[in-house]
Amino acid sequence: MVDPEQPEHADTVAIKAVTDAPGDLALYVHWPFCLSKCPYCDFNSHVRDRIDQGRFGAALRRELATEAARLGRRRLTSVFFGGGTPSLMEPSTVGALLDDASRWFDVAGDLEVTLEANPTSIEAGRLADYRAAGVNRVSIGIQSLDETALRTLGRQHSATEAVAALKLARRLFHRVSFDLIYARPRQDLASWRTELRDALALADDHLSLYQLTIEPATQFEVLHRQGKIVLPDEDTAAALYDATEEECARAGLLAYEISNYARPGQESRHNLAYWRYLDYAGIGPGAHGRVTLDGSLRATRRHRAPEPWAERVERDGDGLTSSEPLSPDIRAREALLMGLRLAEGVELARFAARTGRTVAESVDADVLKQCVEAGYAVLTPERLIATREGRLRLDSLLAALVK
Amino acid sequence: MTDTPIDRIRNFSIIAHIDHGKSTLADRLIQVTGGLTAREMTSQVLDSMDLEKERGITIKAQTVRLSYLAKDGITYQLNLMDTPGHVDFAYEVSRSLAACEGSLLIVDASQGVEAQTLANVYQAIDANHEILPVLNKIDLPAAEPERVKQQIEDVIGIDTSDAIEISAKTGLNIEGVLEAIVTRLPAPKGDANAPLKALLVDSWYDQYLGVVILVRIKDGRLKRGQKIRMMSSGAIHTIEQVGVFTPKMIPTDDLGPGEMGYITAAIKTVADCNVGDTITDDRLPAAEALPGFKASIPVVWCGLYPIDADDFEKLRDSLGKLRLNDASFHYEPETSAALGFGFRCGFLGLLHLEIIQERLSREFDLDLIATAPSVVYHIFKTNNGGMVELHNPVDMPDAGSIDHVEEPWIKATIMVPDEYLGSVLGLCTERRGQQADLTYVGNRAMAVYRIPLNEVVFDFYDRLKSVSRGYASFDYQMDGYAESDLVRISILVNGDLVDALSFIAHRAAAENRGRQICARLKDLIPKQLFKIAIQAAIGSRVVARETISAMSKDVTAKCYGGDISRKRKLLEKQKEGKKRMRQFGKVEIPQSAFLAALKMDA
Repeated sequence: MVDPEQPEHADTVAIKAVTDAPGDLALYVHWPFCLSKCPYCDFNSHVRDRIDQGRFGAALRRELATEAARLGRRRLTSVFFGGGTPSLMEPSTVGALLDDASRWFDVAGDLEVTLEANPTSIEAGRLADYRAAGVNRVSIGIQSLDETALRTLGRQHSATEAVAALKLARRLFHRVSFDLIYARPRQDLASWRTELRDALALADDHLSLYQLTIEPATQFEVLHRQGKIVLPDEDTAAALYDATEEECARAGLLAYEISNYARPGQESRHNLAYWRYLDYAGIGPGAHGRVTLDGSLRATRRHRAPEPWAERVERDGDGLTSSEPLSPDIRAREALLMGLRLAEGVELARFAARTGRTVAESVDADVLKQCVEAGYAVLTPERLIATREGRLRLDSLLAALVK
Repeated sequence: MTDTPIDRIRNFSIIAHIDHGKSTLADRLIQVTGGLTAREMTSQVLDSMDLEKERGITIKAQTVRLSYLAKDGITYQLNLMDTPGHVDFAYEVSRSLAACEGSLLIVDASQGVEAQTLANVYQAIDANHEILPVLNKIDLPAAEPERVKQQIEDVIGIDTSDAIEISAKTGLNIEGVLEAIVTRLPAPKGDANAPLKALLVDSWYDQYLGVVILVRIKDGRLKRGQKIRMMSSGAIHTIEQVGVFTPKMIPTDDLGPGEMGYITAAIKTVADCNVGDTITDDRLPAAEALPGFKASIPVVWCGLYPIDADDFEKLRDSLGKLRLNDASFHYEPETSAALGFGFRCGFLGLLHLEIIQERLSREFDLDLIATAPSVVYHIFKTNNGGMVELHNPVDMPDAGSIDHVEEPWIKATIMVPDEYLGSVLGLCTERRGQQADLTYVGNRAMAVYRIPLNEVVFDFYDRLKSVSRGYASFDYQMDGYAESDLVRISILVNGDLVDALSFIAHRAAAENRGRQICARLKDLIPKQLFKIAIQAAIGSRVVARETISAMSKDVTAKCYGGDISRKRKLLEKQKEGKKRMRQFGKVEIPQSAFLAALKMDA
């Protein structure tokens, strides 16, 4: 346990490895299909008997071209294929999109290209093809190493498959991450420590460890309401979180974000762009973006349903449903709610340049003072940082702090 | 209408405990004498307010004129006075009784006399009423008329050999009641040629007619177009309408001695029409008013605040409208650091308070916070600084400037089956009660206690009900002021005073109460971002302390590029929600917790 009275700085140092500039661009590509819908998942994912790979591949390429024309040439620092289940995409589509991206943008020499993959044997079989297409980092949705838990979570793979897929991925890629879901019903501290230690033994340099959350309009929400799923109470959840951080730190993976752990320098560059509130373009059904156009930061959204999205792209060149300029107030709120998730916190100078508001103008001074006194936040001349204790309570902290 | 000779008039009221059948009997009397056709009879005609129907109590007095052809072949004018049925309205009851010559005492033959009945029957005896005992629900298998008659004789001391046994529900022996009214109750007395003296029994606001005043003529006549004068206030009005209730409103030309009826005179507020006042002729006034007039004085006060600060004006309007109809209720603007803008309101008693609160929420659709009820203390200042009345614990002066404090006492009458007597006496003692009398009637005990009113406004009814499993009945009357060692307990949240939670208690109980309320607040206030210290203090001395630890974890697990818009909107909504929280210094307390804290009355 970290002493809450002592503001800690060890895990709040700036991440030095990644130095993306405000003009840089991160690109997100959404593949909206899954083989089945997981009962806890509220992402924009859809199950179809047959997927028209050709049609959706072409639509993604067309929307990328339209977006690139709007954005102009920029330095591209990362591409992330998310979903849905992007490991259901034809590797040739992934390859074509990456080729297109390198045509429209100036590609950084250290471009990070991540693809989310499920560890079923079929998808694992394609990992080599994705590497050949240009993917250099994979994030595998393992979710659990416990067979019973995997069934409860509605996953299509077994723990054995997961381990095999992971081993294969580590042979093929320099950078491999995987996801686990914990704080599951009836999960105790001891069993989670064991599962996590097993996972850390298999892990490379990055892990995403999420506490199970009941999302609205999911099967789990119904079960939760009926009392068939009982989540651990607040104190247990806090203890599980502490244990997670402790085990990861022992293995050299530091909590650089609420649910993300990495060896320093191995943080997800793409996700850092979100949390640092940098420009990112989002294409594909339902994808969101935050992009600077003519000097103003806009929020972009695309049609959520796959087929109507494709129709719009085919007709208009993109599936954009809105592109709104964001006011300084909104930018400040978004930059804080994302930035304070990071152990490095919010950089004051960048924040002001990005949002048009200073941090001091954007937070309640009294609450900030209380937060500092309570050991929830640290304000240095360069940064506002939510400490580990602050990050554990970030939702309440933001509600009180942010103006 | 005025042709009825005075010896053919009978004025009577009905005394009964809740549920013993007063309204049912009244309905039967109206039905049998043909006041309303069966089609016009809605259930329980007299209790016209929804609240009255639901609670089975009468708030406003009402009258009904019945025309009854008796066995002697003569048609009599019977005026039934329906009196308010609760101790909070004791003065109003006394004025209603003063308008009649006799009372029907209705007792449930399966249950016997209750405390509330007693208080009213004593009032009727004080008003020199002839009392006719009526045993109702005689058809029930559990009816024990002989035992109940004996009880009435023992407790009240009236002869029950001629008690009338009826069933208002089935209509059994309603005729017997009507005959007894005619033969056994005295006719009113009065002089038609003397200057006008009419007793103002009650009044209410009608949106079409203005104030409607219920009157009983003692002497003289009351006519349409007459210029009348209210003797206590001196206000002068010209009568627009004179009439009677059958129970429908029927205009008449005039009202004469012994009669009851109503008048209207384009009066805009009932505040001009004091219950118990004497109405006389402006040109030919009576030499002296009828005896017994008293201005109504609130005995219980509390703060009423709108939950939504934007409703303040609406609350002001609504209170104004209620006051149109209820002059006994007082209000004045008040501000609280914790609750914002509201009103300090004074009531005749706890039931009155509840009724007003409920009407505000029901008829005016207002969400309100009520602070804990407080009685009126008399604060005597040092150096002969005189006496001030204290309506709000927050206004209590520094101990240094107080010579002594007096608090109001009540005389409580509690009737309870023997097996619960021990716990009831325990409760009374715990509440600083002093026993004045303890008698037995069969297996029921009647305990008379002097208790500080302060101890009764704090959940006494609820406790009494629970320790007696609902079998105890309770009634009280004000019984003067007495000096007492009283202190104010302040509640502090993170060191800031929460004015609305301050209360006054006897020194001996103060620390314990302080501890209780701190413990309850700890249970009620959910964990928050920061730890919260709750303290109870007497003066500057902290007597109880609780700490609510900070919440241990509250953070969204996943938040990526696609989640920003949603999370930001959620954050904005949360901030909006905070506006509906009450600010306690720097701590925000959800409305629900605050309401519960106030409800629990330590």
